[in-house]
Amino acid sequence: MIAELGHFALVLAFVVSLVQMVVPMVGAHRRDAQLIGVATPAALLQFLLVAFAFGALLYLFIVSDFSVKLVFDNSHSEKPMIFKISGVWGNHEGSMVLWVLILALFGALVALFGKNLPDTLRARVLAVQASIAVAFLLFILLTSNPFLRLDPAPFEGSGLNPILQDRALAFHPPWLYAGYVGFSMTFSFAIAALIEGKVDAAWARWVRPWTLAAWLSLTIGIAMGSWWAYYTLGWGGFWFWDPVENASLMPWIAGTALLHSAIVAEKRGALKSWTILLAILAFSLSLLGTFLVRSGVLTSVHAFAVDPDRGVFILGILVVFVGGSLALYAWRAPLLKTGGIFAPISREGALLMNNLLLSAAVASVFIGTLYPLLLDGLTGAKITVGPPFFNYTFVPIFVPLLCLVPLGPLLGWKRADVKAAAERLIAAAALAFIACLVTFAFAYDGPWLAPFGIGLAVWLVVGAASEIAWRIRLFTTPLRESLYRARRLPRAAWGTSLAHGGLGIVVAGIVGVTAWQSELITTLAPGESAEIAGYTLTLERVGMRDGPNYEATVGVVRVEKAGRMIATLTPEKRRFPAERQEKTEPAIRTNGLADLYVVLGEPSDDGKWVVRAYHNILAPWIWIGGAIMALGGIMSLADRRLRVGAPTRARLRAAPAE
Amino acid sequence: MRHILATLFLSLMLTWPALALVSPSERLSDPVQEARAREISKELRCLVCQNQSIDDSDAELAGDLRRIVRERIAAGDTDEEVFDYVVDRYGEFVLMTPRFEPATWALWLGPLLVLLVGGAVTAAFLRRKRQETGEAGLTEAEKARLAELTFAEKPRDSAS
Repeated sequence: MIAELGHFALVLAFVVSLVQMVVPMVGAHRRDAQLIGVATPAALLQFLLVAFAFGALLYLFIVSDFSVKLVFDNSHSEKPMIFKISGVWGNHEGSMVLWVLILALFGALVALFGKNLPDTLRARVLAVQASIAVAFLLFILLTSNPFLRLDPAPFEGSGLNPILQDRALAFHPPWLYAGYVGFSMTFSFAIAALIEGKVDAAWARWVRPWTLAAWLSLTIGIAMGSWWAYYTLGWGGFWFWDPVENASLMPWIAGTALLHSAIVAEKRGALKSWTILLAILAFSLSLLGTFLVRSGVLTSVHAFAVDPDRGVFILGILVVFVGGSLALYAWRAPLLKTGGIFAPISREGALLMNNLLLSAAVASVFIGTLYPLLLDGLTGAKITVGPPFFNYTFVPIFVPLLCLVPLGPLLGWKRADVKAAAERLIAAAALAFIACLVTFAFAYDGPWLAPFGIGLAVWLVVGAASEIAWRIRLFTTPLRESLYRARRLPRAAWGTSLAHGGLGIVVAGIVGVTAWQSELITTLAPGESAEIAGYTLTLERVGMRDGPNYEATVGVVRVEKAGRMIATLTPEKRRFPAERQEKTEPAIRTNGLADLYVVLGEPSDDGKWVVRAYHNILAPWIWIGGAIMALGGIMSLADRRLRVGAPTRARLRAAPAE
Repeated sequence: MRHILATLFLSLMLTWPALALVSPSERLSDPVQEARAREISKELRCLVCQNQSIDDSDAELAGDLRRIVRERIAAGDTDEEVFDYVVDRYGEFVLMTPRFEPATWALWLGPLLVLLVGGAVTAAFLRRKRQETGEAGLTEAEKARLAELTFAEKPRDSAS
């Protein structure tokens, strides 16, 4: 009964979003307040209905109702509760319901808190948002109904892939989807602005927090996914330039560009048209990501059984939304008035340069990801585009961008004195140079580019700190005044610095792991030892352990350095009887500067065990830096000037340094 | 991220490549040759996996390919000859780095092209902006006065 109610709620939500798509749009066109007024209740009702459907699905998973096919396919009664819950979105149908739930939630938020938006703009935004809901609800109802029943109901479920039974991974898709769908909001604003034919201050003020929220969610989602890959997949890699990863990276980069151009649009009224185009692109890339992952085209070479109807349907959605919005852009964008004159050397100019390089970076990922598909489709030739391609194309575009990052925030609006800005970065440049030399002295036998990478990281971190130091006049005024200024500094300024500094820490982590990873592959009998990076690893014994829904073979590895006992690591191999699959569980010991990463492999014939170990220098910094970047996003979002609903108060305060 | 979403569909079809790799028994005794074999393995794709190199995969086929690579190296092949040997048998699909040839010109040059075209458009845009500022119409004295007004009076805050 619950399943049928859930299904019915989805059908109703579809009908409501149809109404929400059409009526307010017509109302805004005719300036009919009554029709416009439909938008808000419709958005709220749509959210309630989708939330009910999602709740129904959640309930079915929690009680393990195996008469529902989706639950049978993806759950098991003995699974820990957290994975029963994450099983809801650990599959195609459920994840699409989550997608639509987040979409409806964001629509409802605009309906609730968008009172200060012009009526017609709000109505149009909600109508565009509803059109996306219409497309995806129809997709769910026609090709991916999560509430299908099984008759007779099986006694036990077939389980969730063990790889997905992981705490970080359990909450990775919701973040990622919040990011993807967050861009639907900026997209709706962009389309509404094109239909309105104008972009005003209220528009830009609303677009920025949504972009920021979407970017933040995507940052968290990607970082979680990469962290998960690092500690699960068992060889210490963290990013593989895999098409599915690239699918999430592209909207992230485009979103980063949008985040920066939206600042110019809001503060200076310039680059409006470009900002709208970026908003369209960021969401298009989110849709493309959904398409690539959901349709199975990326793996078609292996002829996996993925329902082709779904791929065609999402491709249809993609074509309609991307094609339609770009056509609308081509038609309406020339009508937008551009404002805000500025010289090439200025904050605006720097942000434009940021956008140029980020766009080229997106192009590199886009081409690298889709070219094999295109070539296969056109000529039948099959090629692989692996990590080296991105090292040759993406990295050379990104490195100059990183070099320019500390400079941008120090430039003034309209026209800047580049010499004055450079002077403020002397400390950063000097420290970066020293770091480069010191690194070279210690790691002269490693890859020669690595010291430059570390220098770049220091440049980013110290550069970000220099910006704050300059703003609060550290060392040039009494400390008391600096502290006072630090308190008065807008949170967005702290956010910028944190995000840029966090980026530097990520760079250091990536350089460290890539350049200086050491590896040990050996076989050990219990009692035998091996060395890696100054550590002595001794396999003490190998035992068995029972988990909640798996059995594990546990290796007990003693770690010593210079004869002193440091830790005991217990890497595991887990067997999941319900799913009939295995999973390795590496053991990681970190000291904040480097990870010691130990994996228990197969037993060999002579009673020994394969043991692999890695010493990953600076690896934890990748995720520490990612967390700092996300924190920067949160700080910016908390800035009162961006806080939704406070535009008038903000305007009064907008005077001092920022 | 990678595998997550993909796994949602593919999990049942493919042996999960969690545990990789070169087992100690596979290795060549000469460390220089072994290092070469590792480098080559990173550049060859495991055909039955999802975008993994044979160095990263524990699939049976990847093991076979690793053995072939080591056999060729032991037989005295150069790196280039090893690649050619493998490509002859499995096609260019096995190469992680696609070769630069007519079919991949657009791939290799595409990002650069986007950068150049984007740069040209940006430069044109900035030139237009500059003309709009009417800067050209000012005399030297006016420019100096302007600079004085915009920078000299408030040396710090003007840049904030």
